[in-house]
Amino acid sequence: MSNEFVRIAGLCAKISDGGTDKEILRGVDLEIPAGEVHAIMGPNGSGKSTLSYVLAGREDYEVTGGTATFKGQDLLALEPEERAALGLFLAFQAPVELPGVNNANFLRTAVNAVRRARGQDELDAVAFLKAVRKETKHLSMSDDMLKRNVNVGFSGGEKKRNEVLQMRMLAPSFAILDETDSGLDIDALRIVAEGVNSLRAPDFSALVITHHQRLLDYIVPDRIHVMARGRIIHSGGPELAKQLEAQGYARFLAEAA
Amino acid sequence: MPAIAETRDAVESLGQSTYKWGFETDIEMDLAPKGLNEDTIRLISRRKEEPEWLLGWRLKAFQAWQAMAEPTWAKVSHPPIDFQDAHYYAAPKKKAGPKSLDEVDPELLRTYEKLGIPLHEQALLAGVELPEGQEARAPIAVDAVFDSVSVVTTFRETLAKAGVIFCPISEAVRDHPELVRRYLGSVVPVSDNFYAALNSAVFTDGSFVYVPRGVRCPMELSTYFRINARNTGQFERTLIVVEDGASVSYLEGCTAPMRDENQLHAAVVELVAMDDASIKYSTVQNWYPGDENGRGGIYNFVTKRGACRGARSKISWTQVETGSAITWKYPSCILQGDGAVGEFYSVAVTNNHQQADTGTKMIHLGRNTRSTIIAKTISAGQSDSTYRGLVRMMPKASGARNFTQCDSLLIGDRCGAHTVPYIESRNMTAKVEHEATTSKISEDQLFYCRQRGLSEEDAVGLIVNGFCKDVLKELPMEFAVEAQKLLQISLEGSVG
Ligand SMILES: Nc1ncnc2c1ncn2[C@@H]1O[C@H](COP(=O)(O)OP(=O)(O)OP(=O)(O)O)[C@@H](O)[C@H]1O
Ligand SMILES: [Mg+2]
Repeated sequence: MSNEFVRIAGLCAKISDGGTDKEILRGVDLEIPAGEVHAIMGPNGSGKSTLSYVLAGREDYEVTGGTATFKGQDLLALEPEERAALGLFLAFQAPVELPGVNNANFLRTAVNAVRRARGQDELDAVAFLKAVRKETKHLSMSDDMLKRNVNVGFSGGEKKRNEVLQMRMLAPSFAILDETDSGLDIDALRIVAEGVNSLRAPDFSALVITHHQRLLDYIVPDRIHVMARGRIIHSGGPELAKQLEAQGYARFLAEAA
Repeated sequence: MPAIAETRDAVESLGQSTYKWGFETDIEMDLAPKGLNEDTIRLISRRKEEPEWLLGWRLKAFQAWQAMAEPTWAKVSHPPIDFQDAHYYAAPKKKAGPKSLDEVDPELLRTYEKLGIPLHEQALLAGVELPEGQEARAPIAVDAVFDSVSVVTTFRETLAKAGVIFCPISEAVRDHPELVRRYLGSVVPVSDNFYAALNSAVFTDGSFVYVPRGVRCPMELSTYFRINARNTGQFERTLIVVEDGASVSYLEGCTAPMRDENQLHAAVVELVAMDDASIKYSTVQNWYPGDENGRGGIYNFVTKRGACRGARSKISWTQVETGSAITWKYPSCILQGDGAVGEFYSVAVTNNHQQADTGTKMIHLGRNTRSTIIAKTISAGQSDSTYRGLVRMMPKASGARNFTQCDSLLIGDRCGAHTVPYIESRNMTAKVEHEATTSKISEDQLFYCRQRGLSEEDAVGLIVNGFCKDVLKELPMEFAVEAQKLLQISLEGSVG
C-alpha cells in the first residue's frame, strides 16, 4: 500500500445520450506506481478519453461502479478543482476555447488557484511572468500566444503546446495527456516529449494516450496498456508499441472476445 | 442598531446573503404623507425652499403626467404600480444641508463607510502615510444622496478653486438659479415620457455639475444614491453642463436595502456638452434585485439623455447594470454639433427573476457625427434581458457613422436574451453597421477551467469578465475592478 499512487479498479461509467444510457467504461483496472509513465493505446471509441474525463471529474459521465484513488484519496469523491489541487492534470484531446479570456491571465489565475489550494504563496505578476517566459522559451512558443485569448484561433499544434505549457506551470504529480501528439509537427513532437520527460521524478507519474508508436520513441513508457470496448485488455512493456504498430489490434481483440 | 442587526439576521436566515448592501439604517426620517397630488408637490417644493418658477414647472409636469399612460412597449412585466401608495419625500431629520462632515449624522457616515463610499477627504488625502509601494487612491469628490436629500458633498472647495460647481441640485436651484433654469428640462422635456414627467413633478435631489469653459475637472466626480426608507420612491435629478473645451468624468453608484416590496426609482439625467466639450458618464447600478424567487427589488425606470450641442463635443455613457428587479433605461445621445461623438458601452446582467430592457438611442443631426454602441447582455437563472437600440440618421447628418455590436451570453437554459435594433436612415451618405452574437457558457468551458483548478464561480467570473472586457475597460480604473467583482457576485449560484 505504501507505494500506491494511481489505482483504478473495476471502473465503470456511462453517459445518458438522448435518454438512453450508454455504457462506456466497463471495468477498467489500472495501476500506475509513483515515478512511472504509462501509455494507453486502443481503437477509436474504445473509451480512452472517457477514462481521462472520469478521472478528472467531468460530471456528464456517471460512475456506476469501481474505484479510483490517487495518493490514497478517493478521487471520485472530489470536485474537479480539488483533483487539480491534488496534482491531477489533463491535457485535453480537444482544448477548449475561452473567448475574451486572456491566456496569460487565465494561466496566472489557474496557477494561483492551485497554489492557494496547496498552501503555497501566490505568484505576483513579476514572478509569474518570469516563470512563464522560461516555459514558453522551452516550448518555442512566442510571447504573442500569451496575449491572445485562450485557444481562440490557435492552430491545432499551438493548442497542444499551450496544454503542455499549462501542465508545466501547474506542476502536477499525475498528468494525463490525451493525444497531445496529434497534430504536432516533428520538431514540436520532440519539444513536447521533452516537456514531459523533464518532469519525470520519483513523485510524478503520467498516463499518455496515443495512437502513434512514434511518440513512445521519445517518451519511453514503463508500461503500455491496450484499451478496447471500455476495458484494459492487455498490458506489456515498451516493446508492445512496435508490435501493435506492425500487427494492429486484431489479435488482442480476438483474444479478449 | 438593533433594527440593523435584526434585518441582517432575517436576511441571513433567508439564505439570500449574496446581496451584500442590503442592510438598513435606523435613522429618524421626515416623511411626506403617502400619496401623489398637487399638495405633495407643493410640500416637496416648500421643504426644499424652492422659488416660484420651479413649483410652476413641477405642477406643469404633474399635469402632463396625469394625462399620460405607463409605457407598455418594453419587454418587462410587473403588477400595476399604485402611485398613491408611496411616500414622495423622505429625508433624514436633523439639519438640512450640512456644511461639513462634522455636521453629518454619524449613523449616516457609518452607512456610507459600510458601503465602501469614501466621504472623508482627509483619509483620502493621507496618501503619504500609506505603506511603501502602496499607491493612494486618486481622490474622488462624492455627493451622497440618502433617500430624498443629499447628505454631504465632498471636495467642494478644491473643485471651486478650479471653477467647477458640484453640489446637490436643490442647492444649485438656490445658488445658481440662472444656470438651472436655463438647462433644466432642456434635454429631457417635462412631458418627454411617463416616468420623466413623474420625475419632473416630484424630484427631490440629485447632483448638479457645471464645468466652465476650458476647464478639465481636476478629479472624478461621483454621486452615490442610497434608498433606505420603506415605501418611498426615489426620484433624483442630475444635470451636468460642460462648457466649450471643458471636460468631466462622472460616476454614479447606487444600492438599497433588501425588502419584500418593490420600490420605484425613476431618475432623470440630463447632460449638455458644448463645443469641444467632453462628458464621460459611468454608472454602476446595483439596486437591490429582489430575492431568488423574484420577491422585492427596485423598479429602475430611468431617463438619461445627453445633448452634444457643440461641434466636436463628446458624450460617453458606460453602464454596468447588475441590480434592480426591473431595469428600463436607454441612455441616449443627441448629436447636434458637427463632428460630435456619442458612445454607449453597456453590460447588463440579469439573474434569478430579474428583467432588463435597456439600450440606447443615437440621434445623428449634425454632419460627420459618429456613434459607437457596444452592448453586452448576460442572462442567468430565469431572467430576461433585452437590448433595445435606436440609431437615427437625420437628413443633415452627412457622412455620419454608427457602429453597433450587441453580444448576448446565456448561462443555463431557462433565461432569455433578445436584441431589438431599430435603424432609421434619412441620409444617403450616412453609414450604419450592426453586428450581433449570442453564445452560452458551455459545460466544456466550465470543466476546462475547473480542471485547471478554478472554482466554478471563478470560472464563470473569468468567462463573463472576458465577455465584458470591451465595456469594462471604459470604466475609470478603480471602478473597473469593483465592477468585475460585482459581476461575479451577481452571478453567484447561477450555475450548477
Ligand atoms: N458525451 C457523449 N455522448 C455520447 N457518446 C459519447 C460521449 N462521450 C463519449 N461517447 C462515446 O463513448 C465512446 C468512447 O469515446 P471516447 O472519446 O472515450 O473514445 P476514445 O477511445 O478516446 O476514442 P479516440 O481514439 O477516437 O479519441 C465512443 O463511442 C463515443 O461516441
Ligand atoms: Mg479520445
